[in-house]
Amino acid sequence: MTSVTESPPAVAITSGDVPRALHSPRSRPDTLFRALLMGCSGIVIVLVVAILVFLAQRAWPVLRSSGLSFFTSSVWRPGITGQYGIYGDILGTITVAFISLVVAFPISLATALGINEYVPGAAKRVLITLIDLLAAIPSLVYGLWGVVVFDAWLIGPTTWLTKYAAFFPLFRSAPGQVGRSLFVCGLVVAIMVTPIITSVSREVMSQTPREQCEGALALGGTKWGMVTEVILPFARNGIIGAALLGLGRALGETIAVTLILSITGFPISHILYPGGGTVPALIVDWYAQVSSGRGLDALTLAGLTLFVLTLVVNIVARVIVSRSGRPA
Amino acid sequence: MRLARPHAPGKVLGSDVPRRLSALTPQAVVEAGLPAAAAACFVGAVFALAGLGTSAWMGFVICWSVLFVLSYALISARRHGPLVTKDRLARLWVFVGAAVALGFLAWILAYVLINGWYAAFGHQFPSFWTHDFSKGGVLDVKARVGALAAIVGTLEQVGIATVATTPLAVLAAVYLNEMPGRLAVPLRVVVDAMSGMPSIIAGLFIFIIWVVPRKLHGFSGLAAAMAISIIMLPTVIRTSEEVLRLVPGTLREAALALGSPERRMVLRVVLPTARAGLVTAVILGIARATGETAPVLLTAGGNPRLNLSPFSGPQADLPEQVFSWYGTAGPTSLHETWGGALVLILVVLTLFVLARLLGSGRSARAAKR
Repeated sequence: MTSVTESPPAVAITSGDVPRALHSPRSRPDTLFRALLMGCSGIVIVLVVAILVFLAQRAWPVLRSSGLSFFTSSVWRPGITGQYGIYGDILGTITVAFISLVVAFPISLATALGINEYVPGAAKRVLITLIDLLAAIPSLVYGLWGVVVFDAWLIGPTTWLTKYAAFFPLFRSAPGQVGRSLFVCGLVVAIMVTPIITSVSREVMSQTPREQCEGALALGGTKWGMVTEVILPFARNGIIGAALLGLGRALGETIAVTLILSITGFPISHILYPGGGTVPALIVDWYAQVSSGRGLDALTLAGLTLFVLTLVVNIVARVIVSRSGRPA
Repeated sequence: MRLARPHAPGKVLGSDVPRRLSALTPQAVVEAGLPAAAAACFVGAVFALAGLGTSAWMGFVICWSVLFVLSYALISARRHGPLVTKDRLARLWVFVGAAVALGFLAWILAYVLINGWYAAFGHQFPSFWTHDFSKGGVLDVKARVGALAAIVGTLEQVGIATVATTPLAVLAAVYLNEMPGRLAVPLRVVVDAMSGMPSIIAGLFIFIIWVVPRKLHGFSGLAAAMAISIIMLPTVIRTSEEVLRLVPGTLREAALALGSPERRMVLRVVLPTARAGLVTAVILGIARATGETAPVLLTAGGNPRLNLSPFSGPQADLPEQVFSWYGTAGPTSLHETWGGALVLILVVLTLFVLARLLGSGRSARAAKR
């Protein structure tokens, strides 16, 4: 051992003067491996950029010729003198997303709190699995169930709403005219976004320092006191971000809305009334009939609008979620 | 007991019992819940009967709920003050909210199971799995129709997408987690953008760049596979990255200290350690992609006849086929619709359970170590 460390003087002279570099130069195969990884990442980045560029390229002519009227008119009349406007569809998309958020948010928050704070350990794991299961069901199944079962079931409640809750302007509708409405879509989409909001906000809330929670209880606070004074302030950003992630999903929901809504595309001021439209439903409705020319360009512009809308919502949500959990 | 109540009863918050940490006690149910329920029943019935008709029962349910909450709050407030009341109401909200979420899950699963059984496992049992839908329009009760074309199509499309996506996604995740460089930040942004992208956009993109330029020959299993890949990529990258993050840093340091080059550290140490988790990531990606309807609707084209080749001609796909079955729903094809939906749910749930088992197996092994 000692003879190894006391290396022969000849070697010591040549190599001993220069300290070995802390970073050894990368060997050729390593550089190649790095290049391979970078290449794969590059492909993914290029793919998304390509999606945006191709959509924008196709959509540009329509945007230039229709201008702002594309977003402010509701006339969708493809043809030689094609008129395209998606105001009604944008309004419908936002309405559905908004209804779903209003319904899903309290349910999700309750479920997340229940899993984290109110149920014992074994039930907790079962509940988490079940909520994940809810997220795993394909949206097609939600849509089919929504139009065949839930819509029929909702006729009673919505009729009741139009009769006795009509003082609330949103619930006004012509008598007997209910079902296959934006309201039903909103409720079904609410069930679909519930697991997303639940799991994200649950994860953020579970990062609350346990000592603080126990401190609140030890001071004689009720469980609700602990939730409002410790957990919710700590997780506030995360919960807002979770809601926005749910909103992003709700904005882009396609197939369930297409199945449920009897699509008209005009702006609907009464959410219980049958009809309305959303941007994704518009795309599914028209793609086969406008497979070339300006119609397709207009459809692309509609898709691009939707993409940009969800992109903004999602990026804001990600930023907010990643900032949560830090002490204020 | 005496120590717990040093003061005379009634002096603290006007309450004669020590407050408990848990408020859903039998006490709460007996002293406030039951009377509130009874009162709400009575008054709710009166309210609802005033507005007779088809919506009477619904009126009863709505009135009952409002009245129950009000009287529950009132009774609790009179006996225990505002703190306990708030706590009890919050508890009510939490449990009702969770019950609503789970109730819908149970309702949907039960409905699909009961109505899909007829086609998938009941009267149409073998033929639903062994026949395509080419005799679908024939008005013959004995015509054997099924989902074979759709199942084969889905298998091929998802298979192609998985083969194309997995290496790309795993290597991108390795890049993000093991040796992040200049592209790491843009890649993260792009993955976020992709995972929030509405799935219809993936379909629309492939429709524009692949299907439309090829006119009638554009619809194919390959086009669908491309759209599915776009859906799978972000899911697999994200989950893989999370799995790689769980690999202990000491393993990497040990490998490097023993003189192994970076690539060998990744290929021989990190990836094998995370193997089960990576498989889970891929399975979750497959599960997500299998259930997506919108992208394949715009790219696969649909075909009632069995088309084995994903490269030529339109191909069926399970979600797409179910969607079109519903669109043409006569009394019989509704059976097939629900049968197809049941098969779809079963496939997705099987993948889901598989991913869970592999995931938990990994952590169990890690714990033993």
